[in-house]
Parts: sequence; structure tokens; C-alpha cells
Amino acid sequence: MSAPEKGYAVVLGATSAMARYLAIEFGKAGYGVVLAARDMEECEILAADVRVRCAVPVHALSFEAGDFASHDGFFDACREAAADGITAMALAFGYMDEQANAQADFAAARKTIDVNLTGAVSITEKFAAYFEARRAGAIVIVSSVAGDRGRQSNYIYGASKAGLSAYAEGLRNRLYHHGVHVMTVKPGFVDTKMTWGVVPFAAAPEAVAKDIAKGLRKKRNTIYVPFFWRYIMLLIRHIPDWQFKKMKM
Amino acid sequence: MEATATRSISGWGRTPNEECAVFRPERRRGLPWILGNGGQPHYIARGLGRSYGDTAINPGGGVIDLTRLNRLLDFDPESGVVTCEAGVSFAELLDVFIPRGFLVPVTPGTKFVTVGGAIANDVHGKNHHRDGTIAQFLLSFQLLLPNGEVWNCSREENPEVFWATLGGIGLTGVILSARIRLEPIETSYFNVDYYRATNIDDVLTKMRDTQERYQYSVAWVDCLAKGASLGRSVLMNGRHARRGDLSGAAAKNPLGHPNKRQKAIPFNFPGFALNPLSIGAFNEVFYRAHPTVEGKLVDYDTYFYPLDAIHHWNRMYGKRGFTQYQIALPFDAHDALVDILGRVSKSGRASFLAVLKCFGPSNEGPLSFPIPGYTLTLDFAMRKDLPAWLHELDKILLEHGGRLYLAKDVCMKPETFAAMYPKLDAFRAVRDRLDPNHTLQSHMARRLGI
Repeated sequence: MSAPEKGYAVVLGATSAMARYLAIEFGKAGYGVVLAARDMEECEILAADVRVRCAVPVHALSFEAGDFASHDGFFDACREAAADGITAMALAFGYMDEQANAQADFAAARKTIDVNLTGAVSITEKFAAYFEARRAGAIVIVSSVAGDRGRQSNYIYGASKAGLSAYAEGLRNRLYHHGVHVMTVKPGFVDTKMTWGVVPFAAAPEAVAKDIAKGLRKKRNTIYVPFFWRYIMLLIRHIPDWQFKKMKM
Repeated sequence: MEATATRSISGWGRTPNEECAVFRPERRRGLPWILGNGGQPHYIARGLGRSYGDTAINPGGGVIDLTRLNRLLDFDPESGVVTCEAGVSFAELLDVFIPRGFLVPVTPGTKFVTVGGAIANDVHGKNHHRDGTIAQFLLSFQLLLPNGEVWNCSREENPEVFWATLGGIGLTGVILSARIRLEPIETSYFNVDYYRATNIDDVLTKMRDTQERYQYSVAWVDCLAKGASLGRSVLMNGRHARRGDLSGAAAKNPLGHPNKRQKAIPFNFPGFALNPLSIGAFNEVFYRAHPTVEGKLVDYDTYFYPLDAIHHWNRMYGKRGFTQYQIALPFDAHDALVDILGRVSKSGRASFLAVLKCFGPSNEGPLSFPIPGYTLTLDFAMRKDLPAWLHELDKILLEHGGRLYLAKDVCMKPETFAAMYPKLDAFRAVRDRLDPNHTLQSHMARRLGI
């Protein structure tokens, strides 16, 4: 297989359903793909899938968002796998526990923030510096609508995602001046194991991935997937505090 | 570790519809975990739910939805062998491999079936008389047993298990992955010769006469026609189109993938929508619209999957649902076939779909459906008095060495099933060896006493 024309896309958190289909979208668009996840057995299976479907080079690497010390070594491994030709990165990892648990057990709350925010900052800064030096590249950060407003039913996860959204916004601002695009993705309910049995109506991850790929091609800044969540959150964000605090959303 | 969703699920016929605890693992290791720790008394694997009856529902137990374990693992363009997980659908295989010049070698009337489901029902297509069932193209598969072991099954390795699983409706184990030999094609089009037959004798004769010359053969039957026109049909014999057969846009894109506008039935039709008058009208139009003509060029989607173009077409039968009655009768039971067709026509139980094909030699699968002869498929709206009436037809089948298809059945009696499948005990022996506690069970398995 020759060097991919579009360079390599690195997908962090590749084992989530959304990330899996996003990797396929990258492959179909002509990118080589580096899949990174904790679960190497699954990661290798996913790599085979992208390879067969898209006929592009695909590598599987071990990555642990919450293990900050490993991020330097991981980034080096990425560069090597991509023959120093990384042109895109998608951050699709995330940890969500039940609110009741996160409230009661600080270790659970800490893990949520460590993975979703601290880990995100740690690894993304490395890609940011890499792209900035080359004045080329694109970063996709998968946040969540949960970060748009802190609700009693999910505010610890929400806080971590709110932080991630602000981080992505600032990064977009910084990297714009260096020719690098950063897109924030805010999914509502997506039909994955996170919502299975909990939420009756959720978007198909294949459709969500197509929306993300389209948004990236159009260099959108922030997209909601599916699109109507933008309007749902617009309404929710406009509920005044004195009203919102009384609600049980 | 693996969450469940309590859902009311059914087969494609939408009856029976039962509440089950549904798992949908996204990782391979989720499967042994579910079988060992899922907290349910028993389980059955499920694909895309296109079986008509109760093969993939398990009220009172767990249902494992395998559609997320749908990764392609390997493909060898030299041999055309694809290795993939059981959750991969035929639709996906067509999407990925038609552009590369390969077709799924045996396919049922819908592309929305999984590889696992295709194996578990030993599916056949319009080319059984020439190519057999999917078993003919199945090199091997990996089977997960309830005890956690994974067995590789092929004609050479664990052959008893290989054959028991083909048509074994998921009772021997959970199929994890399979290796299938795809068929190389020059174009994605078919050359179809249409023959309008005046009645059942005409079409049966024509089918027998022309079989040798065509790889694919199927007849649409007007099951409402009476008297001298009983069983009037349109026979559609097909072969792969070669590059030289194409012209115009098709010639520029011989392996093209038609993007047909998809329609969908958005809601349940009222129960009276499909009735002898409406279906009769449709039949008249269809029959008139298909005179004898040769060499029509048809894309693979239209030739193989005419109904897939209408999403949720099963809603046309309304909330009560329907069942598909598919029979296989030996060639010498020609009179029984005509008798059954006559009774259907007289009963006024109109079948929206009535399809006739020829079967070639059977294989070693103890529960494999096809036997050499004719196969007729009919839809019937579910009514309270339907099962009893179908049991009368079952009697005719039994008298003539015929049988019903488990992938469609919803009301056959256990004694009937045992009589139709003489190798049932051999199947039970293999199954009991692999799964002594019957951890894998379904509503159908319990209904038929398998």
C-alpha cells in the first residue's frame, strides 16, 4: 500500500461506535488511519475492518487518556506509524459514570474529569504543537451537549465536557492564526452502548460520523449532531437561572 | 458490563411479538460475558430480524443483537474469500465488494440479512438449482459455545457441528465470524428473459425445460387466478450480463451501484388494506405488464431485491402481522402443488407475494430446508383461523414428502416438524453435546420441542 494521499488521521478512542464510523469516513476520503484505544484486541479488529473497507493503511496503537505520563510516548508512536505524515486528529474518547456514583465517590468524579478534560488537554496540546509547526492539519474534538448547561442529572460529566468545549474554542482561536482548523462536535443522544436501554431515541452512529466528516470538509466551527440538538440546547441555554435551578431535567 | 434493553421484538411477520431482554454488545468479548454472566436463564442470537417467525425471539430470556459485531476482517482478491464477523449484512458486502467485482454467491430475497443469520437458516436464492445454498460457498466459521469455547467449523474440522449449524437456527452456538467465497462478476447487471405463463402447468413445464440454461430462475405467481388460469405466472430467468451486453450509462460503469430512491411505508396499514380485491388488482396489472420478452437488462438490486426498495413493507399487513408459508415439495409431487395452489385460490386468502422456484440437490445439514423439487412461497395475513387452515395444507405436504422452512414458520406443530425433518434426532444429538443445558433457546425451539 502506498503512502495515503491525504496523510494520516489519528482517531483517539477508536472503539466507540461513533469513532469507528468516523475512522471509516476518513479511510473513504483517502486518509491512512491510526486507531488508538485501550482495548487493543478490539482496536486490531477495527483496524482490519477499516483496512478491508477502505483499502488504506491502518495501524492500531494502545492509548490511555487517563495515563498522562504515557502521552509523550504515544505521540511518538503515532508519528512513527504515520511516517511523520499526520494531517488530522479526532478526539473521541470519553468516560461517563452514573451521576449518583460520581457524586458519592470522588474517585469516579475525578476519573471523569481526568479522562474527559485533563487527558484531552494533555494529548491535544501535542497534536496542536505538531500541526502548528507545519501550518497544516485539522483537529476534531468530540464534546457533548451535556457541556452546554450544567444539569442536576449529569453535571460532573457535563462539567468535564463544558471544560473541553471551552478548551476547544480557545484552541480554535490560537490555531486559526497558524492555518490549522479545530472543530467542536457536540453530540446529543447517539445510539451506542452509552444510551442502550436508557434512551429510546438516539441517532445512528454511522449517520453522526457522516455529519462529522461533512462538517470537517466544510470547516465548520461547532456542529451539533444530529443537527436539531443545536436548537434544543439554544432553548435550554436560555432558560433563566432562577427557573432552571427549580427544574428536574 | 453489558447493558440490556427490555424490548418488544418480533420477526419480520410481526407476530408473535414478545418482550425480551436485549443485549447489544459492541465488543467481541461481550459475547462470552453475556452467556456466562448476563443474568438470563437462556439466550438466542439475533441479526437483522428478517426471519418471519420466532427463530430470533426469546421471551423470558435474553436476545443478543449481533449487529454491532459487524467488522470485515480480511479479503483476498485472488480467491474472492472474505472473512467477516457474523453481524455483517449482505447489504454491506454488496456495497463494499460489487465495486471490486464480486457478488454474494447466494442471497435470499432481502439484502438486509446478516452472515450469521444466513448461515443459521442455510439460506437459498434464485440459483439453488445450480449453486445450492450458502453452505456451498461457506469455507468455515467460528462458533462460540455456551461454555465459552470457540470452535472452528468446516467440512474438515468439526464437520458434524458445521452441518448442524447450517439451518440450526442458532441453537448450536453463537456464530462469531465466517469465511465466504464471493463470486467474481464482470458487471452488476443481469440479462433477464421473461416468460408469461398461462397457468401452473405451463410455468412448471417451462421452468423444468429452461433450468439448465439459466443460473437464476424465479416465477411470480398470481395465487388468486382460478380455473384454467390457476397459477398463471411470470417466469424471470436470469444470467449475469457480460460487459458486451451493456450500453449507454451502464457500459460506462459496469459495476455500478444503482442509487434507487427508497420509499418507506411510514405506518401500519389498516387490516383490510391487503385483501383479495386490492391484491387481485395488483396481480392483474403485474401480469399484464410482463409479457414474454427476452434479454432485458436489469440491475442486481432490482433483480434480487425488489421488495427492499420499500422499507418496512411488512407494515402493509397492519398490526396483526402476517406469516410466510414457504413449502418445498419433490418434483413428483406436482399434483400436490397444484392442489395447494387451488386451495389457496379458493380460500380467498390472498397472498401479496407468491413466488415459485426450483430446488436442486439437498446438502448434509440435518435441518437444511431445500430438497430437490419445487418451492412455493406465500404470504398470509395473520388471522385467528389461519393456523388451523395452514395445518390442513401441512397434511398435504406430509403426505408427499414436503416440508416447511423454519426461517418463515410461526405455527407449525411439533409433530409436523419432526415428521418433515427425519434427521431431527441427529441434530438434537449434536446440539445436546454442545449445549447440554440448552443455554441457547428461542421461542421457536420451545414451540417445536427442538
